Amino acid sequence: MADMTATSPGAAPQGLQTADGRPLKAALAASQARAKRRAFYLVAPLLAFVLLTFVLPIGQLLSRSVSDPRFIENVDRSSGEVTPIMVELRDWFKANPPGTEPDEAAYQALAQGLAQLAELRGQGDVGTRINYEAPGTRSLFTKTARRADDLEAPFKEAILDVDEDWADPVLWQAMRDASSRYTINFYLAALDMTRDVDGNIVNVPEDRQVYLLLFKRTAILSVLITVTTLVLGFPVAYLLATLPLRYSNLLMILVLLPFWTSLLVRTTSWMVLLQSQGVVNDLLVWAGIIGDDGRIQMIYNQMGTVIAMTHILLPFTVLPLYSVMRPIKPSYVRAARSLGATSWTAFRRVYLPQTVPGIGAGALLVFILAVGYYITPALVGGSSGQLISNLIAFHMQNSLNWSLAAALASLLLAGVLVLYWLYDRLVGIDNLKLG
Amino acid sequence: MALPIHASRLERIWHYTYLTICALIFLFLIAPILIIIPLSFNAEPYFTFTEKMLSFDPTGYSMRWYDTLLTLGMTNPEAPRNAAWWADAWANSTWIRAAKNSVIIGFFSTILATALGTLAALGLSRPEMPFRRTVMAVLISPMIVPIIITATGLFFFYSKTGLAGSYVGIIMAHATLGIPFVIITVTATLVGFDQSLNRAAANLGANPATSFFKITMPLILPGVVSGALFAFVTSFDEVVVVLFVAAHDQQTIPRQMWAGIREQISPAILAVATILVVVSIGLLTAVELLRRRSERMRGLSPG
Amino acid sequence: MKRTLILTSALVAAGVAAQAEELAVMSWGGAYSKSQVEAYHKPFTEKTGVTVVDVVADNPATPIKAQVEAGNVTVDVADVEYADAMALCDEGLLEEIDPSILAAGADGTAAMDDFLPGAVTDCFVATIVFSTMYAYDDTVFTGEKPTTIADFFDLEKFPGKRGLRKTPKVNLEMALMADGVAPDEVYDMLETDEGLDRAFAKLDTIKDSVVWWEAGAQPPQLLADGEVAMTTAYNGRIFAAAVSEGKPFVSVFNGQVYEYDGYVIPLGAPNKDLAMEFLAFATQTQQLADQAKWISYGPARKSSGPLVGLFEDGKTEMGPYMPTAEQNLEVALPSNFEFWADRNVELSERFNAWLAN
Repeated sequence: MADMTATSPGAAPQGLQTADGRPLKAALAASQARAKRRAFYLVAPLLAFVLLTFVLPIGQLLSRSVSDPRFIENVDRSSGEVTPIMVELRDWFKANPPGTEPDEAAYQALAQGLAQLAELRGQGDVGTRINYEAPGTRSLFTKTARRADDLEAPFKEAILDVDEDWADPVLWQAMRDASSRYTINFYLAALDMTRDVDGNIVNVPEDRQVYLLLFKRTAILSVLITVTTLVLGFPVAYLLATLPLRYSNLLMILVLLPFWTSLLVRTTSWMVLLQSQGVVNDLLVWAGIIGDDGRIQMIYNQMGTVIAMTHILLPFTVLPLYSVMRPIKPSYVRAARSLGATSWTAFRRVYLPQTVPGIGAGALLVFILAVGYYITPALVGGSSGQLISNLIAFHMQNSLNWSLAAALASLLLAGVLVLYWLYDRLVGIDNLKLG
Repeated sequence: MALPIHASRLERIWHYTYLTICALIFLFLIAPILIIIPLSFNAEPYFTFTEKMLSFDPTGYSMRWYDTLLTLGMTNPEAPRNAAWWADAWANSTWIRAAKNSVIIGFFSTILATALGTLAALGLSRPEMPFRRTVMAVLISPMIVPIIITATGLFFFYSKTGLAGSYVGIIMAHATLGIPFVIITVTATLVGFDQSLNRAAANLGANPATSFFKITMPLILPGVVSGALFAFVTSFDEVVVVLFVAAHDQQTIPRQMWAGIREQISPAILAVATILVVVSIGLLTAVELLRRRSERMRGLSPG
Repeated sequence: MKRTLILTSALVAAGVAAQAEELAVMSWGGAYSKSQVEAYHKPFTEKTGVTVVDVVADNPATPIKAQVEAGNVTVDVADVEYADAMALCDEGLLEEIDPSILAAGADGTAAMDDFLPGAVTDCFVATIVFSTMYAYDDTVFTGEKPTTIADFFDLEKFPGKRGLRKTPKVNLEMALMADGVAPDEVYDMLETDEGLDRAFAKLDTIKDSVVWWEAGAQPPQLLADGEVAMTTAYNGRIFAAAVSEGKPFVSVFNGQVYEYDGYVIPLGAPNKDLAMEFLAFATQTQQLADQAKWISYGPARKSSGPLVGLFEDGKTEMGPYMPTAEQNLEVALPSNFEFWADRNVELSERFNAWLAN
């Protein structure tokens, strides 16, 4: 930078030059580029690390949400060898448009595929894959593959003889869908939709709809939690911001201690407090507010989720509010009062507008964190207090429909990223504060 | 906050109501954390105060749940408590094993997160950093993206790369989760950092490494240390990633608590919780002292 | 950094070294795991010097499946329900077990004749017969006591919260039995849409009063904490709480659903040979009989039956607490593994939708 000012007074006609005779513009650009590179080199290791351990895995997750090739290829679990399967049937699907009545050729192709599966012991995988699209069909594959060697022409009759459910057009549509490597069906399923026999997108029957409801519930509970944290956080932040520093620093510990305490510890405490033989109910019974048989169910339902999550997320509202309120000068409110405003008007018209950035920052952050909560609802939510994250975990760990889990996760991720982008635009990531 | 002398009666009433409301909210914040401490000394296997506890009868209190933290999982818990007993506890006790895992994973992931994070924060706080906003957004995102999504992604990624069920895998994952905290705290410290100090050092003949260690480092150290503490707590408290990618021999304290809470929330869980509360009080104190020191050094605080 | 790397790799190496002499067995936790530790793990360690690590899961079948599918198996042996074992075996997720490794009965009967019918399959060796029944807290119901499965669903006669396992399995069967369907017609009825609707309708009548449990250790805890007035549970857990901890719990076997449970070896288990050795060891006549000393589950070998005597307290006769005791089989249903192997996925989906709505 120093050579910038050291331009020689006898500048050449083509413009300013540095001491060693290079044009100043080029030297400046080179020096800036060097500074840029240097700054970037400092960030590069971490960026590479985060790309590897975070961005790449999530990218992989997204790719899984549009693909489950278990109807196309069989992977041998011990050797890792990949064998294409159902080749003939997939060719038949290619040759015939959707809705074609499966003919003898189709059944022959199916029989060939099943015989190959029986050899590879792959019928379970294929059955599971098709079962996602056409529930209740898994057993057809295991049952028929077991007898694949005995199947003889005419194949249609032979297969229908094993189980007449093979004639179900829903099943054929499902196999057709599964023959393409990429599919949006998992996203459809994640939105409570499916395809009918002609391949049109329709809603699933009402008694099977669950995901939209869960997304909606996640949003509603998150809004509720956000509003509650604001209602509770605002007075506290105001008190902390208006007290002299030596008091407010002390009281701040009461906000920061929960922030530093393990999430599981806080969730456990709420279980201890809220269960029907717990401290709160005992207190209410002792005080005579409720009878011993009228104990309130405050946990293992939505109430449990809301109370525990409000407590856990409250510091995330208080801290940004506090940092916005602290620098607000009391003289503005005093001026308003002296001009004749009531204390309520002064607060509403003068003080409150100045805290809006803090309210926005806190609310957005709490909402973003709330929609992705998993641990707390899993422990205190019962069945009505579960959020979408819990369903993702269910499909990851119990039903093992990983592509559906990935599709649900992708939808949740998209929502969170939009909010994150909004947060960056409105608040700025740089302004994120931690105590 | 003091009430002005000319306040009306209504304002007085409101003022005291307001203070009461605030007190109740503080109670809401802090009571759940403090309530478990006495309950962890319950002599009975319940989560509520027994009559004996309320009347401060010493027989209502006991250390038995702390004792089970040692004995659970031991091969021979009934043996006399000599050196062999303690060796048994150290090697086999479920909770001690979990604590060892937590400390090992926390330690290495903190070092990784702090080293990479501090370096990156130095780059990020230079005005000439290209794509600053985007890069920052990417680096902070592990804090924002729901943990279940991160864990799911890691589950697939680690299964393919053979990192599943390994310490390295969990350490890397926890480092990733801790990095945003390091970046936030260190960049916050660097906001008040006077770049001309480094130029002065260079002017006096120091090379970049010397000026970093002699000038920059001591000034941003409080930020780095509190970032490291945040990263450690993040790892120490993390359960979802461990649930998804750890093998049975990498169980951490939160993972063990998760299992315990779902199975049987005996007061032994409260004993662990109490220990963790004490740990977090310690960490909070450390961070507060650091923050004040940093503010004093940079002249930002009245005291 | 370098030191970190060295330390980390040393750590990992230590982890690997430790694994070589360990066998990881995944089971259901609580009193049940304890009975296995006492009857199988400890004697096996004594005999071979191999440490057996007890790994706990809500239902070991699901983590096993996830591990094999992801190609990342860390468990050597798993304890799973019969229907789950069938489904896993069908999908090629388990190692096949050569029945010739199983020991003959103590009385000399060949292994395959000694085990109860169907208890040994291609990839599964049963250890116990367990039952899901319901239990209530005796102090809650001072007047008339619940005695039938219909009473469990009767909120008017017996008010209070109910505990149910958060799966469709067993709940649907119990709902139909409570609705008056004879046990031998239950699965035929569940095959039809009307039957399923009827089962869910019956569950609807108590849905608002249900606390759902997932791990086997939860129901006795829920009863003890007074969170529920009655709950379904694995019979051995209630027995353990009632007899060894003296809790006032009463078991009702009317409407019970019983099933085999036993060991499988996941495909690609890290110590496969050792796992086979453990499996053969644990399923010997004496070991199976020993387990019944710790928990009230019936042994899967005929030759173990006569060896079952008293509970470990030395005074409680185990017979009446077994799911297979004659008086407990009056209204009882053997779980249909084929039904659940085929329909679990589909019915879980419907069950989840029902739960959420």
